[in-house]
Amino acid sequence: MNLHEYQAKQLLAQHGVEVPGGQPCTTDDEARAIAEKLFTDGHEMVVMKIQIHSGGRGKGVFKDGFKGGVHLCKTADDVYEKAKAMLGNTIVTKQTGEAGRQVHTLLVASAEKIVSEFYLAVLLDRDSSQPLIMVSSEGGVDIEEVAETNPDAIVKLKVDPLLGLQAYQARNLAKALGLTGKLIHSGAKLIAGVYKTWWECDASMVEINPLCVVENPDGSQKIAAVDAKISIDGNSLYRHKDIAEMRDLNEEAELEVEASKFDLNYIKLDGNVACLVNGAGLAMATMDAIKHYGGDPANFLDVGGGATKEQVTAAFQIILKDPNVKAILVNIFGGIMNCNTIAEGVVAAAKETHLTLPLVVRLEGNNVEAGRKTLAKSGITLITADCMADAAKKVVSEAAA
Amino acid sequence: MAILVKPDTKVLVQGITGSFGGRHTQLSLEYGSQIVAGVTPGKAGQTFEDQVPIFDSVQEAVQESGATASAIFVPPPFAADAILEAVDAGLELVVAITEGIPVRDMIEVKAALNGSETRLVGPNCPGIVTPGTGENSHGGCRIGISPGYIHKAGDIGVVSRSGTLTYEAVWQLTCNGLGQSTCVGIGGDSVPGSTHLDIIKLFNDDPDTRGIIMIGEIGGSAEEEAAAWIKENCKKPVAGFIAGTTAPPGRRMGHAGAIISGGKGTAEAKIEAMEDAGISVAETPSQMAEALLKIL
Repeated sequence: MNLHEYQAKQLLAQHGVEVPGGQPCTTDDEARAIAEKLFTDGHEMVVMKIQIHSGGRGKGVFKDGFKGGVHLCKTADDVYEKAKAMLGNTIVTKQTGEAGRQVHTLLVASAEKIVSEFYLAVLLDRDSSQPLIMVSSEGGVDIEEVAETNPDAIVKLKVDPLLGLQAYQARNLAKALGLTGKLIHSGAKLIAGVYKTWWECDASMVEINPLCVVENPDGSQKIAAVDAKISIDGNSLYRHKDIAEMRDLNEEAELEVEASKFDLNYIKLDGNVACLVNGAGLAMATMDAIKHYGGDPANFLDVGGGATKEQVTAAFQIILKDPNVKAILVNIFGGIMNCNTIAEGVVAAAKETHLTLPLVVRLEGNNVEAGRKTLAKSGITLITADCMADAAKKVVSEAAA
Repeated sequence: MAILVKPDTKVLVQGITGSFGGRHTQLSLEYGSQIVAGVTPGKAGQTFEDQVPIFDSVQEAVQESGATASAIFVPPPFAADAILEAVDAGLELVVAITEGIPVRDMIEVKAALNGSETRLVGPNCPGIVTPGTGENSHGGCRIGISPGYIHKAGDIGVVSRSGTLTYEAVWQLTCNGLGQSTCVGIGGDSVPGSTHLDIIKLFNDDPDTRGIIMIGEIGGSAEEEAAAWIKENCKKPVAGFIAGTTAPPGRRMGHAGAIISGGKGTAEAKIEAMEDAGISVAETPSQMAEALLKIL
């Protein structure tokens, strides 16, 4: 589950990480009030950032032509005007696709005087099954680019999960960033706080980019998380009620939200051949087979190991809401699951949804004969297939017809 | 014969009184597996299906029944504790079926397992089957949720991250007259107890395994690691398949571990590494047995 920047910063602040002062808001009046407070506190400039789960916000363009989802403002009136322009408006960035994303929330915060920028992330190292901290002296840029052009700038540290991050390790990372003097201590404290956030919040990833040395009004320096991205391990949400409430359904595809209500795992793709499969591995392999025979999958859909008639019907309804779909492939290997139950589900769903699209069904496994009979005598038009390859070939040619 | 479990392996089930655990324990008993004990704290003295005694702790169950392997069906919030209890009781093999265990719990479990004699398979896996020689492979050892009847006793080892895709491969083998020594589902999570490589090493050392099918999917680099080892060390023919060629980067495809991130874990890279290691990679999921037959 992805979090917004303001939510990420709330969690970080709770774990002792220095973040620029600021507040989220959903109206232009609130935006003005937050800005006024920041100006009264002595800040010369505020930054306003749209809160969407997508990168490239600064360079995005709103559908009405208004440019940029990140703005620096010197007056509360300016903040008010820009909030008015952005809230409720839809922005297109390099990551949103053409449809863009509607803006519901803004973060209004103090604009820090940045001295230098770094990169910091905590994630799982899958090879060792240990937490991995990554820092880079090149901040504010895409880390994958740094990995390619200047890999020596990235320093990695695996943490023993039973001991946790040690103070000397955090200090060494701070030094690796080129920090000196007192900043080594504040840098180490921040790195320790970020690691603690990752661990205690069950995050999949915490990324601070940029992590900055900033200048205070009195000329002294401190280190702060100027931007932050956090994603949370969905399996852990049962023990983080507060974080679970941060889920923003506006940021998730409508059909995927609908599917999750029925415990279906659905991901919309761009093709026109829909598929309905039991098991994640088999579902991926089915998509691959469709592609192999020249088709383009419209979705990933795993109905799980013990799908019911209701789930199959819901799955059909979700598939049919995608207007690109030209043909449907049902691929079931009923291991323990009774093929006849699935067949009954398919028939009920086809009837209930008044299905007119070509439907190819491949059933294999437990009680398959009864399942095939159910399909044959159902009166619905469908094409049967012997194996996955056969099914994929048939559905691709139907979609192209 | 076989790896990890034999038809006479004594198995206990943690979470035997839950509906999921109970149903699959019943199926394992019907398959002829030696399910000798169940564990549900607070339910000692009860019996599962008038046949399997239930204990409060794994240690008691092991002492009374002589079980050497455990199947874990405990719900996610309690699963890590169940695994550690099984490890502490000295079991040789722990198979965690549970789906949805938080990654942090598994990081801790994996660290605690360091240096332990216990082998963990899973979590989020279909389990292990060593087929028996009876009708529809009856009499084998079935730990987990795989359909027993699709198997056939023989000499092909199967290792996979996915459930139904494993059944697909096993069924293709059986239909082609190729039986299996052992089929191991290592699970789709990003912190697995055992990797492809761990299992392939066991197959390589098993005199009764003649050929191997390795099924992988996008995410991580376990398949590449296995391929590199196979290239240098494996004495047996290996066929394989990688699911997820068409998966979009950054999206998690059902399994927690099936995600391409930062340009890593693509199907292309895995297939390339496997072909480089001399592994016969099936072009479509329908040709997994065929790919192996070509090189046997």
